[in-house]
Amino acid sequence: MPSMPAGTLYRGKVGMWSWVLHRITGVAIFFFLLVHVLDTALVRLSPEAYNAVIGTYKTPLIGLAELGLVAAILFHALNGLRVILIDFWRKGVKYQNVMFWIVIGIAAALFLGFAPRHLDHVFNLGLF
Amino acid sequence: MSVVIEQPRSPRSRKRANLEKYGWMYMRASGVVLVVLIFGHLFVNLFLGEGIKAIDFAFVGGKWSDPFWKVWDLLMLWLALIHGTNGMRTLVNDYTSKPKIAKTLNISLWAICAVLVTLGTLVIFTFDPCPAGAAAELLPSFCSAK
Repeated sequence: MPSMPAGTLYRGKVGMWSWVLHRITGVAIFFFLLVHVLDTALVRLSPEAYNAVIGTYKTPLIGLAELGLVAAILFHALNGLRVILIDFWRKGVKYQNVMFWIVIGIAAALFLGFAPRHLDHVFNLGLF
Repeated sequence: MSVVIEQPRSPRSRKRANLEKYGWMYMRASGVVLVVLIFGHLFVNLFLGEGIKAIDFAFVGGKWSDPFWKVWDLLMLWLALIHGTNGMRTLVNDYTSKPKIAKTLNISLWAICAVLVTLGTLVIFTFDPCPAGAAAELLPSFCSAK
């Protein structure tokens, strides 16, 4: 029976997947940023134009997409800090693996604090 | 990008390496500031009060009548767009094999960045929270008090 390759320190592990996630979330945030600068620029046109476009941000579909955006930002921001610690902190490389799980933990905690409140606003639940 | 290997004994050329180094440093420096700016932005706009439901022209007008939020948003605009564009440049350089395509994409990216930074900056500085002729109920409350 051929056995699984032993792998490396990087490939298929936390180092690689955090890198993949960082890229994917980065691209997603970049394209949102392009749209967001344009929609905000509508305040210069007229109150009606801005309110019409920002109204779509309050619809259920886009409201749910905003949860994805916030999740992407939380991961990208905290993993970015992890990258900085790996680069500049003496023990950064040693603790990169545990720091990844700390990033996931803090991101999940912040997301769980945000999501119910946001869903409450989007779906007019009146919970909070 | 094609890799150019210099003659081993030629003097070390620092120019390109330094540009990449400054890009590398910029991503980290702007990243730290952006964590604060964007977390604050999300907290105030999406978490406090009525969250996304409360955001309209009057909300923006209220925020941008305060120089604090003007500077906050201006910094966010510049730092985030340049950070994002430089990140996309990294992806373009990684995933394109033809230098011509990479160059075209990178020029397009920086052109979009320049346009949006200019547009956003103009909007922040020329914004009028109480435009003449607009319906009073769409404007911040301080407009009618004048």
